[in-house]
Amino acid sequence: MQTLPKERRYETLSYLPPLTDQQIVKQVQYLLDQGFIPAIEFEKDPLPTDHHWTLWKLPLFNAVSPQEVLNEVRECKAQYSDSYIRVIAFDNLRQCQTVSFIVHKPNATRF
Amino acid sequence: MVQAGSKNGFKAGVQDYRLTYYTPDYTPKDTDLLACFRMTPQPGVPPEECAAAVAAESSTGTWTTVWTDGLTDLDRYKGRCYNVEPVQGEDNQYFVFVAYPLDLFEEGSITNVLTSLVGNVFGFKALRALRLEDIRFPVALIKTYQGPPHGITVERDLLNKYGRPLLGCTIKPKLGLSAKNYGRAVYECLRGGLDFTKDDENINSQPFMRWRDRFLFVQEAISKAQAETNEMKGHYLNVTAGTCEEMMKRAEFAKEIGTPIIMHDFFTGGFTANTTLAKWCRENGLLLHIHRAMHAVVDRQKNHGIHFRVLAKCLRLSGGDHLHSGTVVGKLEGDRAVTLGFVDLMREDYVEEDRSRGVFFTQDYASLPGVMPVASGGIHVWHMPALVEIFGDDSCLQFGGGTLGHPWGNAPGATANRVALEACVQARNEGRSLAREGNDVLREACRWSPELAAACELWKEIKFEFDTVDTL
Repeated sequence: MQTLPKERRYETLSYLPPLTDQQIVKQVQYLLDQGFIPAIEFEKDPLPTDHHWTLWKLPLFNAVSPQEVLNEVRECKAQYSDSYIRVIAFDNLRQCQTVSFIVHKPNATRF
Repeated sequence: MVQAGSKNGFKAGVQDYRLTYYTPDYTPKDTDLLACFRMTPQPGVPPEECAAAVAAESSTGTWTTVWTDGLTDLDRYKGRCYNVEPVQGEDNQYFVFVAYPLDLFEEGSITNVLTSLVGNVFGFKALRALRLEDIRFPVALIKTYQGPPHGITVERDLLNKYGRPLLGCTIKPKLGLSAKNYGRAVYECLRGGLDFTKDDENINSQPFMRWRDRFLFVQEAISKAQAETNEMKGHYLNVTAGTCEEMMKRAEFAKEIGTPIIMHDFFTGGFTANTTLAKWCRENGLLLHIHRAMHAVVDRQKNHGIHFRVLAKCLRLSGGDHLHSGTVVGKLEGDRAVTLGFVDLMREDYVEEDRSRGVFFTQDYASLPGVMPVASGGIHVWHMPALVEIFGDDSCLQFGGGTLGHPWGNAPGATANRVALEACVQARNEGRSLAREGNDVLREACRWSPELAAACELWKEIKFEFDTVDTL
């Protein structure tokens, strides 16, 4: 029997081990296949009630390959290495955000 | 026909219903409310006459002619039976289609619609049994309802939760815990990774746990879990009460302590109370979870009562952000198609007629927000791949025993479910088939999640065969 350690989480996919670049690419491919518009957000010390993290540049309206999104994630990580980073996506037809998953957790202890 | 003539033109007496209410040549208007009944006439009653009686008794008709009929334009107000078709494979059972003019219904009142359609007519002597299978609400009437307080997309925005089903758990034992012990059970579930916990339907305000004490301990649990996990949390605080005034008092208190979601039992509480509460929730920014106690009393019998898809549609118009919809898993194949039919009616904006899924009419909701289906009861981690596959992201999966029954307790139980959920979502997005590989996905995750491994060991692995049902 074990006691569950206390751990801060960052919503979808934050209960999984950190995603590898290859795994990020697959998730991005999925959202592109759905016709969604990817974007990247980062925040140094986010609260659960923070609906908006800071937007990295602008949404990638014209992205055709997941590699383009991954490159932006890398660039964001290089510049804001002490921030949490998540990939989000929008559906302009349903006029809403549809995707958000964590891709960078600085100083994570467990996974 | 028995008639007593009179010099002034009024003929008193009893007239066959079909003369007035059976109009097979009628083409329904876009503004008509349409209904489909499954009708079983008493032996010897001709189906057209019985069907016309259904149309009459659920609209303008009564058993005998009255002189005041002459003061109105019956053609403008009467319900019309425009189609009768035998139910295949059943003896003496018919689908009866009735069109009701828009003016028969008060704006924004589901109570009024049901009082007409499933009122006196269900006790009518010429009928052996009657079931309301489906209703097509015309857009003109839909626009008089506000529907769910927030709807699926706004709920996601409020909670910061995207791209996965939400996870919940009903706190057990359902009756008998003190408010403080109850709060602890909530805290442990939420800190483990659930989005929501839930009051059981019959928890209102009993001697062992008064509502105000429960609300306060639960809200403390929510705040603590939220601060520790850094994720938004909620608990469906049940405000169902004996009077509307008491219900509103509990809702007001829930708002005062800053809780994000409350709960109501729409069927035992009634549609009028529910619509009032839904409006209040919209105005005050609280989400509304809807339980469906008592539904099986009216929707379980195939030949009599009201199908759940009708109750679900009515609830969507009356207002609710979540509604229990069954789990599908472990049931018969036909149930899956029918369940997904009414799940579509709960959350999609436009649903095409599809008899194989029990959808008798094309329904246009004209941008009314969608209701999130809640799959709850008797499910555990091994069901996760099937649930994600069947219900998709816009659903709330509730593991009661499947969380609290974990050998290490609530928090590890919650983590096991959350890990299983996220592993399934990740795998699905990577293009893997959850139907075929779901169990492998869970086993892989067990390697790095001891909480999931313990859960998977306790409960038995399940095999699902999806392929055959997809042909329906």
